[in-house]
Amino acid sequence: MSREYETVIGLEVHVELATKTKIFCGCKTDFGGAPNTHTCPICTGMPGALPILNKKVVEYAMAVGLATNCKITKHSKFDRKNYFYPDNPQNYQISQLYLPICRDGKVEIEVNGTKKSIGIHEIHMEEDAGKLVHDDWEDVSIVDYNRSGVPLIEIVSEPDMRSSDEVIAYLEKLRQTIQYLGASDCKLNEGSMRADVNISVRKVGQKNFGTRTEMKNLNSFKAISHAIEGETKRQIEIIEANKEVVQETRRWDDNKESSKSMRSKEDAKDYRYFPDPDLPPIYISDEWIEKVRKSQPELREEKLERYKKEFDISEYDATLITESKHLADLFEQTSDICKKPKKVANFILGELLRLLKEKEMDDSEIDFSVEHFAKLIELFDSGVINSTVSKQVFGEIFLNDVDPEKYIKEKNLMVVDDNGTLERIIDEVLEANPKSVADYKEGKKKAIGFLVGQTMKAMSGKAEPSKVNQILTKKLQ
Amino acid sequence: MSTHKITDEVIDYVGILAKLELNEKQREKAKHDMEEMLEYVDKLNELDTENIEPMTHIFPIENVFREDVVTCGDGKEATLSNAPEKKDDGFKVPKTIEG
Amino acid sequence: MISIEKMTAIEISKNIKNKKISTVEVLDETIKQIKEKDEKIKGFITVAEEEARKQASLIQDKIEKGELLGPLAGVPIAIKDNIDTKNIKTTCASKILYNFVPTFDATVVKNLKDAGAIIIGKTNMDEFAMGSTSETSAFEVTKNPWDLTKVPGGSSGGTCAVVASGQVSCGLGSDTGGSIRQPSSYCGVTGIKPTYGTVSRFGLIAYGSSLDQIGPVAKNVEDCATILETISSYDRFDSTSMRRDKYNFISALKQDVKGMKIGIPKEYLEKGIDDEVKEAVLKAAQIMKEKGAIVEEFSLDLVDYAIPAYYIIACAEASSNLARFDGVKYGYRTKEYEGLHEMYKKSRSEGFGDEVKRRIMLGSFVLSSGYYDAYYLKALKVKRLIKQAYDEAFEKYDLILGPVAPTTAPKIGESLKDPLKMYLSDIYTISVNLAGLPAISLPCALDKNKMPIGVQFIANCFEENKMIAAGHALEKELSENFVPNFSLV
Repeated sequence: MSREYETVIGLEVHVELATKTKIFCGCKTDFGGAPNTHTCPICTGMPGALPILNKKVVEYAMAVGLATNCKITKHSKFDRKNYFYPDNPQNYQISQLYLPICRDGKVEIEVNGTKKSIGIHEIHMEEDAGKLVHDDWEDVSIVDYNRSGVPLIEIVSEPDMRSSDEVIAYLEKLRQTIQYLGASDCKLNEGSMRADVNISVRKVGQKNFGTRTEMKNLNSFKAISHAIEGETKRQIEIIEANKEVVQETRRWDDNKESSKSMRSKEDAKDYRYFPDPDLPPIYISDEWIEKVRKSQPELREEKLERYKKEFDISEYDATLITESKHLADLFEQTSDICKKPKKVANFILGELLRLLKEKEMDDSEIDFSVEHFAKLIELFDSGVINSTVSKQVFGEIFLNDVDPEKYIKEKNLMVVDDNGTLERIIDEVLEANPKSVADYKEGKKKAIGFLVGQTMKAMSGKAEPSKVNQILTKKLQ
Repeated sequence: MSTHKITDEVIDYVGILAKLELNEKQREKAKHDMEEMLEYVDKLNELDTENIEPMTHIFPIENVFREDVVTCGDGKEATLSNAPEKKDDGFKVPKTIEG
Repeated sequence: MISIEKMTAIEISKNIKNKKISTVEVLDETIKQIKEKDEKIKGFITVAEEEARKQASLIQDKIEKGELLGPLAGVPIAIKDNIDTKNIKTTCASKILYNFVPTFDATVVKNLKDAGAIIIGKTNMDEFAMGSTSETSAFEVTKNPWDLTKVPGGSSGGTCAVVASGQVSCGLGSDTGGSIRQPSSYCGVTGIKPTYGTVSRFGLIAYGSSLDQIGPVAKNVEDCATILETISSYDRFDSTSMRRDKYNFISALKQDVKGMKIGIPKEYLEKGIDDEVKEAVLKAAQIMKEKGAIVEEFSLDLVDYAIPAYYIIACAEASSNLARFDGVKYGYRTKEYEGLHEMYKKSRSEGFGDEVKRRIMLGSFVLSSGYYDAYYLKALKVKRLIKQAYDEAFEKYDLILGPVAPTTAPKIGESLKDPLKMYLSDIYTISVNLAGLPAISLPCALDKNKMPIGVQFIANCFEENKMIAAGHALEKELSENFVPNFSLV
């Protein structure tokens, strides 16, 4: 990117709230489910149906607002946003324009050791849309209203970010905070956290903002970074060519790494918002705010302090683990069972993070039982399996949630404890590798490594390498 | 001569918003009717409403909530029972994005 | 077997209770009446004979076991076709819902069924309740039983016509700007528009959500009060439902009107009103005076501003409420189309009638970018001023007495020529909806052509009992027989 320009970025982050039921009806919010099973007359816009507000939605929205230093709007109300699209059964979305529930907040982010405050313009409540599945065979789309009416909050930032690193840090911070609150699982891949990115560029030092575009369809942090880079480049090229950036919504295609205008002559971006006559306003008293504040779960900073006191792990490890509510929960629950926090921490920060990265998974997708994990730690700690095997078994737990005890038995992976077998195997290895034996005896001490390896191989990994080393050394003297 | 000139562009624009399509004759009638109505409702400007709070709801009720409890079961059959066209337990519509 | 044609709902249920007639016989007789008369009147869109028969035998059983004792047990009732009835087609008299069968009952329908009433059918109306004559129906033109060349009024014209013609004793309508009261006046029946929030809107297919209320139509005040008591309830499925202390409207029938203060807005009698209608109002005033009420004229401000404010608010809400009719989930979808937007546009343009389209266009325009403040917000402010004017009036008066419509029923085909003129005929009814007030319309006189003339009592919010008492007192003093003579027409 040219040094002459800077990118100005603001975010609209949609988060699906972790309520049991939808925002205006008693249908389940569970992800998945056969098409249109989680539906009723209200969330499918049947003629005559009316919305009834889920109180928990208001409380989650307040909790997120408080955790992001917002002012809570005492008199809040819902408005209708009118536009036609088949995923929107009423052809209006119930949202908040005029009096959103939270305003004027901020969160602290840190990028490369530099701290920065990102302003939050507002947080409002609204309903999610249904899902469209495109059928290429018949050239039609199929509408499923299972997601229709799932509660969302939209967190609108100020245009305070200047790079994709800052954007990612901001999103990570929001995700961490919201997960800690238990207000959402914030899964990007399931769409429970989604970000639309407003991007404009301007010459460095220029006071006014450039014309912005809004980028949609960003399903991963990677796509967000790509989109910011791509759009910055596109806008600079337009400006350099003495043309004007058009204010519009664009759809990012991460495979093609390019975006396309979503404008159509059949749509006018004129939502004709007006107060929803079906929903009375919301009044939030100071008492209610206090109640929500007091019932907030332990947030990250408090948890970190507690870990330092309660668990015998390093401050560094505690910091890393508490960065994610999912990892912290996993750590605490597993440690509670096996009482070996240090080993649990090592596994989480070693093997688990490695596997997540390798499989390109999010820690919110971790889906194995803490009992299995705790049992593995115990088996390893008591010497039933060695370190290599423990990693292998952990991999199996991670992927298939196997019971480690059964798995080890089935695959016969226990450390062989009787010295007879081990010594017999070592003797065979020594006999089969006279050259290495000779090398060792001539002073090439490194040759023992090869012999240990051969022995482990012959033992199918079920020996303690240090013990093998010990016996070999003795026999070679 | 009406003070509210409704042009073809305005009628077309409102047609896009409301998803209504008018033929030539209907469009002329719509222009006339809308001009007449807008002129008539201008009567409201005779009233000074400078410091009047708009009234959305007649009664000052607030905080009408439901608890977060599941009350609906499988609604598929009822939901789809009136569908003009359906496929794979969903509502069938013309494709919403280009290939 | 005794004839039920002239009976009120309460009389029918009494006769069932006294075993003079059974629920099934009442139903047979009702269906016979409908077959004989509705050919001419065209008040029903759907007669739900099969569903009704199922209900009738169940209800007879319960009555015999003493499980159903209420005053509507076994009584057939007609429901306006914009109120959801499970398994019975509900069309809003629109092509766009020509085949729609709800999967749930409106709360009012549930309340009626619980009371043992039998849903006999769905009545014609102006399409989506938009109109004052029932002529904007996509299916049929309902005739006024007093003169088949005249309209029954609207939008609840079907319900009022089937009650007036003795096909059923009672029915439900809905009132957004006068849609119960005006056709009641034209047809010589009694109708109540309750305080906003008294009757649940859950299952009422919305026109103007902030103005709509369901209410009863019947042959007299007593039946109306009884039905209102049955259908009213606090409903958690309608967030705008008001939790009232009491829903005891029947008890109001015993209330005395002596000492009651009644105001007549002098603006109502000044211009545009037919002389005979004015006379009817003055006659009602005279009767009320004789019954011991204090009646005087007063000035009700802002009368002229109600109609423009109403049309902005109602059309804006309608443009959004009617967006859901798009050919995707239910109802009419155009046959041939290329792509999504053409499907939307053709389905809606072919599915909606002219008046509905006119109001959707106006509503979309007043909410569109740049016009919201000038029109919609302005109208909401005027709404507050109108509410305040009524608040002041009700500091002085218990009730307001006035005409329902400037004239008696016009000829079929006359009104639709000039929409604005038709809108202006709602002048006496519309402000009641803007202020959320209850009102009752009841027949008070016949004009020289033997067409009925209604008057209305308007009460303050939650004070239905005052207007019911007044209506009941007035009706007892009237010597006219408000039953159209069928053999003559």
